Amino acid sequence: MARLARLRLREEEIEPLARELSAILDHVAHIGELDLDGVQPTSHVVDISGALRLDEPRECLPREVVLAQAPAVSGEGFSVPSPQA
Amino acid sequence: MTELEPVIGLEIHVQLKTRTKMFCGCELSFGEPENTRTCAVCLGLPGALPVANAQAIHLGLTIGLALGSELAPVSVFHRKNYFYPDLPKGYQISQYDQPLCIGGRLAEVRIHRVHLEEDAAKLTHVGSSGRIHGSHESVVDFNRGGTPLAEIVTEPDLRSAEQASEWLKLLRTTLRQLHVSDVNMQEGSLRCDANISLRPAGSRELGTKTELKNMNSFRFIERGIRAEIDRQQKILDGGAQVVQETLHYDPASGAITSLRSKEEAHDYRYFPEPDLVPIEIDEQMLDRARAAVGELPAEKAQRFERELGLGTESARLLAFRAELGEYFEAALAAEVDPPAPAQALANWIVSDLLSRLGEDREGEAAGEDDGGGGMGGDPNSSRVSPQALAALVGLVAAKRISVGAGRQVLDRLVVQGGDPAQIVAAEGLQAIGAGDELARVVAAALAANPDAAERIRQGNAKAIGPIVGHVMRETKGRADGGEVTRLVHEQLGV
Repeated sequence: MARLARLRLREEEIEPLARELSAILDHVAHIGELDLDGVQPTSHVVDISGALRLDEPRECLPREVVLAQAPAVSGEGFSVPSPQA
Repeated sequence: MTELEPVIGLEIHVQLKTRTKMFCGCELSFGEPENTRTCAVCLGLPGALPVANAQAIHLGLTIGLALGSELAPVSVFHRKNYFYPDLPKGYQISQYDQPLCIGGRLAEVRIHRVHLEEDAAKLTHVGSSGRIHGSHESVVDFNRGGTPLAEIVTEPDLRSAEQASEWLKLLRTTLRQLHVSDVNMQEGSLRCDANISLRPAGSRELGTKTELKNMNSFRFIERGIRAEIDRQQKILDGGAQVVQETLHYDPASGAITSLRSKEEAHDYRYFPEPDLVPIEIDEQMLDRARAAVGELPAEKAQRFERELGLGTESARLLAFRAELGEYFEAALAAEVDPPAPAQALANWIVSDLLSRLGEDREGEAAGEDDGGGGMGGDPNSSRVSPQALAALVGLVAAKRISVGAGRQVLDRLVVQGGDPAQIVAAEGLQAIGAGDELARVVAAALAANPDAAERIRQGNAKAIGPIVGHVMRETKGRADGGEVTRLVHEQLGV
């Protein structure tokens, strides 16, 4: 799981975290005790829909500002290690 | 060894023709300088929130309606989580189990679903070949990131590489007619991956499939699929199993290589995107999408067959290439006297006109099969107006000029435009039909070819060839062939 989330855990963190994760999953499993036939999953607690945006252009960031966010710059782009590495 | 049949499904990504990106107001980029069309949202900067583009949803609905899909009253965006440098948020906002459109069909292929998502950024690999293998550094340009995509997934209804390529062309024509996308494979607004497996002919179960990527023209798609079918056939013939994997087709070498180095077991951990509310379709959105759909190529082909009595192949050819259909209908609508019959018009457009505009029937010239560059000869941009062609076909149909003369007139029209009747008059191409003039020429031809005449009297119908040839030479092709034959028989008394 840590690898999937790209989290590097220290040796001493693994055991307590695994216990906590287990406890959380057990807690969530309580939901299984309820009769939920016909109840829609709640994916959003706010009961609105269709908050859409008109297809109108807005100002983009100037490139210097964009590249200032890069850990490393190569030419006019973000330099990253090759994904194969 | 039982005979194996290929089973092919396609996954198509279409860049939608909106002004701005899927979840932010950055204008879409067409070759803009790198990293000049970005903002906090499409860069995935902390705290930035996506807001869905209403026009992208409209275009998605338009596609769904055109494909006869069921439009989900409520659909949901999900996060597809994985790490890759072209994915700034660490997830792609896509749709999972509640997509915009479900089911549908285009010609003989069923559609599984259509959903909306955002495109990844552009990753360039710096190194020896520009490909990922052997490169040390990569550079990211975020201009493309966030571009709206519609993903269309078919059922595995295709059975050959050629069928897949032809069907994809039909899809492209349909999408182009809907104006939802440029659908240009070379520019990347149309991308297609193929899922391929083999199974014993007649079996209902599916074999192990592979996913084939990196085919960016119709020709490469056909070749790539064929190569993969061959590869799987050899494996299965040898008694081994096909491994489920993602493969890369190299058009230059024809080689198929595994992308396993890029591939890890992907656990995308889909969950509903908390920053976006569900899309609810209302009547207004539906009406707008319906208005945008109009008549589709498959419907048009059927209408041509049913109402105009066109043969199936002509109907398909004219309906599936928008510019041909447009030209044909304009020619049909032209008021010409004598009138041009629909099938004759269809034939003249599809054979004589197109070949003079520089392409063969399959539209191979000017890169028709390269996924989007030129579209071959477009009669609408030629010098032959639809009215002129209709007038020409009318003249031939009424036998005012012979077919040969008609072709000569078409040659002139292609080069200089104009009006067929005027060209006929100017060059003296009127048919020589029934009448003394033709009777005299026929008599002279018979006199000049006594052997042929004798053979015809003996019942050898083919011997009429030299007589007809003679008459045509004398009349410079203006004689009506049928009339000549009739006169010959009349004059010989047979």
